[in-house]
Amino acid sequence: MSLPFKIDKPILIGLGFIVVILAVGTVYTLATQGKASFLSPTYLLQQLHFGAFLGITAAGMMIVILLGHIDLSVPWTLTTSAMLATAIGGTLGDITCIAVGIGVGLVNGIGVAFLRVPSMIFTLGVNTVLLGLMVMLTGGHAPQSAATDLMLFLGRDRSFGVLPHSVVVWAAVSAALIFMLTRTPLGRYIYAIGNQEGAAYLSGVRTRLVIVAAFVICSLCASIAGLALGGYSARAYQAMGDQYLLPSIAAVVLGGTNILGGQGRYAGTVVGAILIVLLQSVLSVMQMDEAFRQVIYGSVIIIMLLIYGRGRMTAS
Amino acid sequence: MKTLRLLATQNLGFLLAVGMFAALYSVYVSMHPNYGMNVVNQNGNETLALILVAMAQTMAVLIGGLDLSVGPLMTLVNCFGSLVMAGSGGNIFLGIISCMALGAACGFMNGCIVVYGRIQPIIATLATGAIFIGLALFLRPTPGGNVDGDFSWAFTNDINELGLTYGWWDELGWFGTIPLQPIILGLILLLVWVPFRRSTTGRGCYAIGSAEGAAYMSGVRIDRCKLAAFTIGGFFAGCAGIYLTMQMGSGNADAPQAAEYTLRSIAAVVIGGTSLYGGVGGVVGTVFGALVLRSISFIFRVVPEDSLLGFVASPLLQPLFEGLILLLAVSLGAARVFRIRNRLSLFT
Amino acid sequence: MRDDASHAARHDMASAYLAMDNISKSYGGVHALTDVEFACRRGSIHAVLGENGAGKSTLIKIISGVVQPDTGTMHLNGKPVKFMTPLEANAAGIVCIFQELSLMPDLSVADNITITDPPRNAIGLIDSRAQRRIAEELLARVGCEDIDPRERVRNLALSRRQMVEIAKALGRQPQLLILDEATSALTSSDVEKVYSILHSLRDEGLALLYISHRMHEIEALADTCSVFRNGHHIETFDKDVHSDDEIVQLMIGRDMQHVFPPKPERQALPEPVLEVRDLAWQPILNNISLTVGRGEIVGIGGLDGQGQRELLLALFGVLRGVGGKILIDGKPVRINSPATAKSDRIGMALIPEDRKTEGLMLPMAVNENITMAALPMLTRGLMIDRSAEAEKIREIVEKISIKVGDMDAPVATLSGGNQQKVVIAKWLLTGARIVLLNDPTRGIDVGTKQELYQLLRELADADTAILFYTTDYDELIGCCDRVLILYDGGIVRELEGADITETNIVSSSLNLPVEQPAHSGAAVQ
Repeated sequence: MSLPFKIDKPILIGLGFIVVILAVGTVYTLATQGKASFLSPTYLLQQLHFGAFLGITAAGMMIVILLGHIDLSVPWTLTTSAMLATAIGGTLGDITCIAVGIGVGLVNGIGVAFLRVPSMIFTLGVNTVLLGLMVMLTGGHAPQSAATDLMLFLGRDRSFGVLPHSVVVWAAVSAALIFMLTRTPLGRYIYAIGNQEGAAYLSGVRTRLVIVAAFVICSLCASIAGLALGGYSARAYQAMGDQYLLPSIAAVVLGGTNILGGQGRYAGTVVGAILIVLLQSVLSVMQMDEAFRQVIYGSVIIIMLLIYGRGRMTAS
Repeated sequence: MKTLRLLATQNLGFLLAVGMFAALYSVYVSMHPNYGMNVVNQNGNETLALILVAMAQTMAVLIGGLDLSVGPLMTLVNCFGSLVMAGSGGNIFLGIISCMALGAACGFMNGCIVVYGRIQPIIATLATGAIFIGLALFLRPTPGGNVDGDFSWAFTNDINELGLTYGWWDELGWFGTIPLQPIILGLILLLVWVPFRRSTTGRGCYAIGSAEGAAYMSGVRIDRCKLAAFTIGGFFAGCAGIYLTMQMGSGNADAPQAAEYTLRSIAAVVIGGTSLYGGVGGVVGTVFGALVLRSISFIFRVVPEDSLLGFVASPLLQPLFEGLILLLAVSLGAARVFRIRNRLSLFT
Repeated sequence: MRDDASHAARHDMASAYLAMDNISKSYGGVHALTDVEFACRRGSIHAVLGENGAGKSTLIKIISGVVQPDTGTMHLNGKPVKFMTPLEANAAGIVCIFQELSLMPDLSVADNITITDPPRNAIGLIDSRAQRRIAEELLARVGCEDIDPRERVRNLALSRRQMVEIAKALGRQPQLLILDEATSALTSSDVEKVYSILHSLRDEGLALLYISHRMHEIEALADTCSVFRNGHHIETFDKDVHSDDEIVQLMIGRDMQHVFPPKPERQALPEPVLEVRDLAWQPILNNISLTVGRGEIVGIGGLDGQGQRELLLALFGVLRGVGGKILIDGKPVRINSPATAKSDRIGMALIPEDRKTEGLMLPMAVNENITMAALPMLTRGLMIDRSAEAEKIREIVEKISIKVGDMDAPVATLSGGNQQKVVIAKWLLTGARIVLLNDPTRGIDVGTKQELYQLLRELADADTAILFYTTDYDELIGCCDRVLILYDGGIVRELEGADITETNIVSSSLNLPVEQPAHSGAAVQ
């Protein structure tokens, strides 16, 4: 029954790729610097520290993708949360941040579940509106305010000088989502709707509420990521969330979740997020051009999907 | 009469887009202090690349997919074009041809990954989009390029300028003031879209988007149709890149701009009346969808600051209004949901 | 009916046009066809009979290139053939009219009819005027001049779509035409037209394969019949060799007699659990009033599409804008969603028509499917009580003997019958007091059917009120305490006890007077 922990093919392949990436990186550093810096705990923790922001975003994205939907409003939900939190400041700022997450999720959920607008286009519109709101409020410039204490605590600080709090937050979010997906009716219903919404509805599941809940979870994750990321950079800035949209979708899909919904394990998303963070980091340590990094990044996604995607997502 | 009724009911989304554009653009024209052909020309320059990218998106949407690589592909062709569209007449011509070929080839690659790799279009193109941006950066690590200035000028203005620049013809009167952008667009539609739409393959694409299983049972060549759709989509994205190159005179591997174009293209497709589930719509509607999007931005520029609506004139409000109008437009479709009497039909 | 010339012509072409040898096909361990030998001739209408799941659909899918056989060979006109796609079969002159329509709803009628091989103009583009003319000709040939070729298929009624499908098939110049339940949605006048077309095609020397469940259609059309059962070809015989009863025997492979559990003696009228007054959902349902009592199995019959499906959906809260009153235990209730319908207060369950899209989440595990509806009852606080869940699943699997190896395996891996049992188990776990069944025995094997009848009776004995819609007359006769016949959205007759006979059901279904009016069978309208 413990589905998310069952090791399946995508997770194995993902883990395999992580090992390959680390091996390639290590060979490179051994050859050039004479030390295996990729295998040092400091380096790996540093990666996790930074990877947590993607991990948290991807976690929320996964919940929506499991439904067979997608949330394109993640970038500006993240940015709006962080910007409002820094602009308002203090505890009120933190509360506002969380409220933004819940509010955006509710709007998305209502648009998708009740109005039945395709999530792709509705969340795109919400993303533009959030962008518009922020441009209106800030005049298009980075706000001059600083991150709140909570943001710094979550995003920048470490306990005992080693354990980054962002990783703790990621772990906590993961634990909550694993619990939700495996132990609660909500999780079961999310999978059910992703597989066959009509059958779930006829089983007496209140499908619309489930969809709204899933979008709220997704936006909440985005705003938590915004909180932590704002703390990491000690400020909030325009478009800080833009670089999290496509990688979070990629992390979910590389982790074995079907983009059409209904299938996927949470552990896979964690593996996917780590894989993407390590890949980007190893490529940058190897001093690859941004150009090659993008090409390799895209190729790895395709190659991985070709390896295990064949026959699984058949068209007809 | 029957024909009219059929035409109207079968093109409701398209007509809506045309109506929205007509309304918005006439507001713009009425508010513009000195409207003239030069304004049309300027509008065309700002719109044509988006139109072409949105047309590329339409191709993927028609077969029930989504293409996240249209913006990056435009950027790649833009960077490539800034290298090959230099030099003299013949070279420029070859450059344009090779840009088109690059666009089509990249689209074909997308199609191969989708068809033979059996990867969902949205994911496949997410990955190839990264690759295209990478290649663009490789070609142009920093913005630049020296596209022939005369050429740039001649092809982004009106008929008169085209003739004057190369000495092909003199001042042609009113006829000469017609901007080139609608002509370029018209040629692309006429030479590529219309033949495709009326070919067996093109109709097969609509069949696939409408009901892939039924299309297969009916003997539609699914693989060939999908490859064609992606290839033509790549070609359109390539044309967008070429136009961007002529308009800017340079290449720029601007990833955020590419992403913005991709997202806007989806909005333009939907406003233009193409169903995101596939099988309904077409690129002509998309043209108007893109025009609607751009008209909104145009209006913000000409709202007089001291008028009743002056408060919206602030350019800072423009993205917000764009977003709200997009949300409103797509939520109009929700009326259907409240008319439905059998709730099971919501799920199919 | 048959003139001598055509009769002679048939015998001239007596050699097999299509011959299949040792064809086997299995889907994930389930044998759909086993070592089948099959042949059909030109100039003959060949009926293929069998229950659902007998292998008929697989047979025609193989012939028409939709699936490929695991073993065996196929000869067409003496030459060995192998079709990898429907397109290749088409090219060889094999055209199939599938049960699930193969029309593209967003394309026009004309586009659909000429989808693969449209007329082209000088530069190779589709000539829409010629295409329209072709479509008009073909539509006229099937007697459907009323259909505008420019109309989108989406906007046509189901019966019109089926006629378009037939026109589309004729346009492909078939040598072998396969009709799979092609008349199921047609009006009777259309059926007549189709019959005469089929007769003339036969006389032109085509080979026709006809698949149908309706015995009278077989009688009206077939020259030769083949019976399939459980993936085996049982027998092929000429028309009139066997009586209807014998054919049914061949199809089910045993006597019908002892299939149903005995009905209990009726004493006083049972206390009503579900009462419906003047239920209406225009234009499909009008003024339906009925009651289902405690421990009673009430059947719903009638021809297909008289509103039976909508009636069940209306009761279950799926339809919007339903008029009339529903009372549970005498108290009026408003049911506006399945979630309300299954609540403790009402306690209703619906076994839906199509288990693949409405009943099950096929890729999900068996156990997850079983508890999908009862999950709220198995939740303590926020959490699913896993031990209680496992216990309940174990109990129900044992009770209705679902054959399943791994409870964590996707439900898609089970056979049709066991899948249907999972749907039923899902609802039994909710402890429903009112069970609505929408044609639950479609596509499941005879053994499972028998278990299902037994189960229904057991449920009724345990005071469940059951409303049972089925297209199978035998089930109405064998299972139900009372039978309501729907015609055109209203109840035209209520049959009870000994009045539940095939004759009465059939004549009521056609809204004809009952032959032997009895004191208990009261006509409602």
